[in-house]
Amino acid sequence: MKKHAGTENRPCRSMLYIPGDSPGMIQHSPAFGADSILLDLEDAIAPSEKDAARKMVSTFLDSFDFGSLIVTVRVNPADSEYFENDLKEIVPRTPDAVRLPKCNEISDVRAADCLIAEIENDNGIPVGTVKLHAMLETALGIENAFSIAKASPRVAALTIGGQDLTADMGVQKTLEGWELFYARSRVVMAARASGVSAFDTVWTDINDIEGLAKESKQIAELGFTGKAAIHPGQIETIHEAFRPSPKELARAQRVVREAEIALHSGKGVVSVAGRMVDAPVIARAEHLIALSRLYDYEEDGGGLA
Amino acid sequence: MTDFVINSIGRRVPLNVPGVGSFEPYAGAFQKAGPSRAAGAPVHPRSPQRTKSKVAESLEQAIKRSGLEDGMTISFHHHLRNGDAVIPMVLEALQAMGFRGLTFAPSSIPDAHDCVADYIMRGLIGRLYTSGVRGKLGTLVSSGEAGIPVVIRSHGGRARAIEEGQIAIDVAFLAAPACDAMGNVSGSSGPSACGSLGYAMTDAMFAKHVIAITDNLVDYPVGRNISIPQHKVDQIVAVPSLGNPKKIATGAARITRNPVDLKIAKDTFRLMKASGAIAPGFSFQMGVGGASLAVSAYLEEYMKGKGIVGSFGLGGISGHMSRMLEQGLFKSLFDVQSFDSAVTDSVRNNPNHVEIDSSWYANPFNAGCLAHSLDCVILAALDVDVNFNVNVLTGNDGALRGASGGHCDAAAGAALSIVVLPSFRGGVCSIKDSVSNVTTPGETVDAIVTERGILINPLRKDLIERAISAKLPIVDINELKDKVERLTGKPEPPDVDEGDVVAVVEYRDGTLIDSVCRVKK
Repeated sequence: MKKHAGTENRPCRSMLYIPGDSPGMIQHSPAFGADSILLDLEDAIAPSEKDAARKMVSTFLDSFDFGSLIVTVRVNPADSEYFENDLKEIVPRTPDAVRLPKCNEISDVRAADCLIAEIENDNGIPVGTVKLHAMLETALGIENAFSIAKASPRVAALTIGGQDLTADMGVQKTLEGWELFYARSRVVMAARASGVSAFDTVWTDINDIEGLAKESKQIAELGFTGKAAIHPGQIETIHEAFRPSPKELARAQRVVREAEIALHSGKGVVSVAGRMVDAPVIARAEHLIALSRLYDYEEDGGGLA
Repeated sequence: MTDFVINSIGRRVPLNVPGVGSFEPYAGAFQKAGPSRAAGAPVHPRSPQRTKSKVAESLEQAIKRSGLEDGMTISFHHHLRNGDAVIPMVLEALQAMGFRGLTFAPSSIPDAHDCVADYIMRGLIGRLYTSGVRGKLGTLVSSGEAGIPVVIRSHGGRARAIEEGQIAIDVAFLAAPACDAMGNVSGSSGPSACGSLGYAMTDAMFAKHVIAITDNLVDYPVGRNISIPQHKVDQIVAVPSLGNPKKIATGAARITRNPVDLKIAKDTFRLMKASGAIAPGFSFQMGVGGASLAVSAYLEEYMKGKGIVGSFGLGGISGHMSRMLEQGLFKSLFDVQSFDSAVTDSVRNNPNHVEIDSSWYANPFNAGCLAHSLDCVILAALDVDVNFNVNVLTGNDGALRGASGGHCDAAAGAALSIVVLPSFRGGVCSIKDSVSNVTTPGETVDAIVTERGILINPLRKDLIERAISAKLPIVDINELKDKVERLTGKPEPPDVDEGDVVAVVEYRDGTLIDSVCRVKK
C-alpha cells in the first residue's frame, strides 16, 4: 500500500510523467519538486514490457516512501488486454488515483468505477479510496466532459490529452494552441461545474522552456488547476505559471482577514473596500494563500531542461 | 616495522614510508607552517656558447645525454589527457635501454595508461608519485602486488613538494604541442594542441634536465603564448606524433540533461546566491562533472541578468568558462589545465586567458596562490562522510580509482567550498559513517549539495543562517544518510587489510592525511 503523507487537499500544479519501467527515475521522483507524479503503464511502455512495468510500479507502491508526493498511475485503456490486470495489481496498493485514458462516455467511467470498487471491496479498502482521473482525448470525450465528471464521485479530475485529441480532430498541434482552445475551455467549465480538478496536457518540446511558460500561463488563466510535465526540467516553469501575483495575494489576504472579522463579529456579510464579497471569492482567496506558500523556495523560475 | 599514528581526524597513517622517508601526520588544514626556504631550482650548467638548435637525434640519444641513472626521478604531465602517447613512448624507450627502479612522478596519469602497471611489474618504475591512480594501475596498487612505495599528492601539494625538494626531478619529459629549435614551447597550437601547460611549467622550472618532445617543430621563435621558455629546456626530440588528436582535443562538455544533476546544480546555485558570494569581483572554480557544469550555466544567466562582472575563473578550465570570459563575465581566467578543445582557442587568442603554473595555482606555501583568493569552488566527490570528509580516491570496494587533483587545494582555499553529489550511486548511499579514504578534510568543506537536500557543515553557522533565510531545503547529514539507507540498505565497509598500507595520501601541506590499505581478494 502506498505510504501516504497527507496528500489530501494539496494543490496539484504539476504532474510529472514517469515511465513505469524506469526505476532510476521513480526512485528520484520525490527530489524533483513536482506536486504529483504519474507512473505510466500506457503510452511510455512497449507492449512487451507491460507486465514488467506493472510489477515495477507495484513494487514501488508497496515499499517506496514517496513523501508528500501525490501518486497517480496511468493504466492502459479499458479496451486493452492489460486494463483489468493493471487495476487488479495497482488498486490494492492505493495510489492517490488512477488515470483512465480515452474516456469517451459515462459508461467508460462507470465500468472502471465498478471494477475498482470490486477490487477495493475484495481487499478491505473503503470504496472510493482510489480516485479516478478521467482523460479526455477524443472529440466525443470532450463533448461529454460534464457527464463524465459527474459519472461517479470517484472522479476527482478531468484531464485533457492534447496529442490524441488533435489527431482525432484531424488538426495539428500548433505553438499558439488555438485548436485546443474550445476543448480546454469546455474541460475547465465541466470540471468547475462538477467540483473536480482540471489538468492540462503536456508540452512536448523539452528544449522550449519559453513556449512552455507561455502555454502554462494561458491554461492557468483559463482555469486549469494543473499541468502535466514530461521532464523534471519543466516543473518549475509550470509552477511559476500558477504563482499568485503580489497584487492578487494582497487582495486575497484582505479578503480572508475581513472574512475572519465578519465571522467573529457575527456579521453575515463580508465586504472589502466597500464591496460585498461572497463565499466563492473567499474560497478562492484561501486557495491563493495556500498556493503562495508553495513558492517560498521556488523563487528563480525557469530552468534548464 | 613502520610506526603508525592516528592523525587529527582519526585516520591511521605511517610516520615513515620505506624507500621514501619520514612524514608528519595531518594536524589540521592550516596547522603546518611552510619551510623558511624552499629548495633552490637547479641550474642547467652550460658554458656560454652560441647554439642554434637543441634538437637531439633521437629520444634514446636525449635520454643518454640527460645523465639519467637507475633510481632517479622522471616527471611527466597529463595535459594531453587520454590522447597522450608521450608517457608510453618514453617508458618504452627507458625499458628498452635497461633502466631500473626509477621514481615515476607525473602530475597525474591519464586513465588510458594501463602500461604504467606493466612497467611497475617489470621493475622500470620503483616509486610512484602521482595525483591519480585509476584503471589497471589502481587495481595493481590496491592488490598490494605492485610492491613499490606510492605517494598520492594534490596538484598544489605536488608543486609544494617540488619546490621543497621532496620531489627532486632529475629529468622532466615535456609533451610540447609547438616547439622551436631552442625549446620555446607553446601548448596552444599545433596538431596536438591542448591549451595550458601549467603542470609542465612547474616541472621545467625545477627539473635538473628538461627534454621537450614535440610533433610540431616550428620556425624560431615559436611566437606568442610561450608556455615554457627556452632557457628551461635542455634538449628537444622531434617525433611524428604526441598522440591521438581526437582524444587530446575532446569536444566541449555539454550541459547535462540528467534531472538529478540539474536539481543538484540548481540548489547549489541557490546556495551560492544565498551565501552572498555572487557579487562584483566574484572568483570561481568548478569542475566539468554534470552538476558542476550546470551550476555554471545558472551562474552565467544570473551574472548576465544582474550585470555582475567577476574577477577571475580558476583551475582546470572548461569551454563554458572560456565562453564566460568572452562575454565579459570574468575579467580573467587563470588556467593550469584546459579541459576541452574550445579552451585552446581562448588560451591562444584571449590575452585575459592566462596560463599559470601549479604553484601559482594552489601551492599552500608560497606568498599567495590563486586558490586562496577563491570566493567559491564547486567540487565533485566519490563519497563523503558525516564529518564532511570527502573521498575522491577509492571506490566502494576500497580500491584506488580516482585522482586527488586540486580537490583539497581549492576546498581549503575557497571562502565557500561546495561538494556536489547524488545521494546514492549504483545503489550505494554516498554518505558514509566514515569514508574509505579522506582526500579533503571536512573542516574545509562548507556544504554538500545532493538532490535530496543541502547539507551544511555545522562549523558554518553563518551559512546555515543565510540558507534558512533563503528558505533553502537544508537537511541534517545524519538524517539524510538514514533516509537514503532506508532506500539502499547500509553498505558493507570495504574489505581491506588495515595492516598493509599500499599508498599514502599527502595533504597539500605535506603531512599524511590518510593511507590506502590493501584490498583483500
